[in-house]
Amino acid sequence: MVKGIEATGIPVVHICTIVPISKTVGANRIVPAIAIPHPLGNPKVDKDEEYKLRRKIVEKSLKALTTEIDGQTVFE
Amino acid sequence: MAYKVIHYINQFFANIGGEEMAHIAPEIREGAVGPGLGLNQQFKGEAEIIATVVCGDSYFNENIEAATTKIIDLIKDYQADLFIAGPAFNAGRYGTACGTICKAVQDKLNIPTLTGMYIENPGADMFKKEVYIIETSNAATGMRKALPKIGSLAMKIVKGEDILDAKTEGYMLRGIRKNYFADKIGAERAVDMLVKKLTGEEYTTEYPMPEFDRVNPGAAIKDLSKARIALVTSGGIVPKGNPDHIESSSASKYGKYEISKVSDLTSAEYETAHGGYDPVYANEEPDRVLPLDVLRDLEKEGVIGSIHPYFYTTVGNGTAVKSAKAFSEEIAGKLLNDGVDAVILTST
Repeated sequence: MVKGIEATGIPVVHICTIVPISKTVGANRIVPAIAIPHPLGNPKVDKDEEYKLRRKIVEKSLKALTTEIDGQTVFE
Repeated sequence: MAYKVIHYINQFFANIGGEEMAHIAPEIREGAVGPGLGLNQQFKGEAEIIATVVCGDSYFNENIEAATTKIIDLIKDYQADLFIAGPAFNAGRYGTACGTICKAVQDKLNIPTLTGMYIENPGADMFKKEVYIIETSNAATGMRKALPKIGSLAMKIVKGEDILDAKTEGYMLRGIRKNYFADKIGAERAVDMLVKKLTGEEYTTEYPMPEFDRVNPGAAIKDLSKARIALVTSGGIVPKGNPDHIESSSASKYGKYEISKVSDLTSAEYETAHGGYDPVYANEEPDRVLPLDVLRDLEKEGVIGSIHPYFYTTVGNGTAVKSAKAFSEEIAGKLLNDGVDAVILTST
């Protein structure tokens, strides 16, 4: 999916939990997520805390999209 | 005395449970469990599964280092002759786990390993160079065909017999070359091949070209505050009721849904159609998979220009690479036409 879209030249950031898979399939901008069933959330913390957690990952993704890269890069 | 084999399987094949039990940590059981019983039959008394490691697929992939260390610790005193994992068929997390643990056992304990999976399993590309991976069908219905191949290669490994080429033994190409004496010289073989090619007959190349299936990174966004950003997911988020009936696994389609007036994906309006992870958390709060709430706030704050009025979604669960490629090419064309500047793609 990532490659098919990025082939057009539109930059794609891939938010996912299993980073090795993302690397193998060929995503270029990769942002690690929290867990497989809830990549952008954590049911164990309260709503506000969870929103902040999600926001942090999204902001990291936006930063990835504005960063020029040469090859596969994981934005920790 | 029979050769000692340790077997690795996931929570599903150990009959512990499905996705709701995918979080369990590694544990060890004496003897064979589940598919291990079938493997034992293949060994015909010459080898025996002495212990089985069971681990949840999500646990392994979310805690790769901890899971690997724990499993190595659980098996190190058994003095096994061989470690077999799976087969994992087309289960992505299971395949990744099988490949990872096989490589770790080889490297850390110096025990030979063997696993099996479908060619499109992400674990295959990750580990086929380092680990023997028997090619299987894409579903567990192929167990009966997979076990004899695993059993036969297993016996060759433990006995130290010559392992023949990938095609004969049924494992995936490892990129290793071995010298041997051929009946005909290279020139004759090349001409034979050429003649076959010209007459349209089938032939096998002796030197397959590597495939470089990579795309260049898109250029970075210069001004985020003017950028139009689209949300795409393989996590199966759909309007409640899944109006287009996207399949829970092996999806044959994707969905396009309008979100221009939506600022939060609520459990009343949205859910996941994905059958490859425990859906409880995504159904409770779909923003946990597709972060529309946060992105809408960032739009209001002027951090990003706008959110593309449609999101695209499919289920990435055993979905054929061919299908995913076709979906993404169609989606890409639409995004390009609609002037989208960047994409956030989330996966579970």
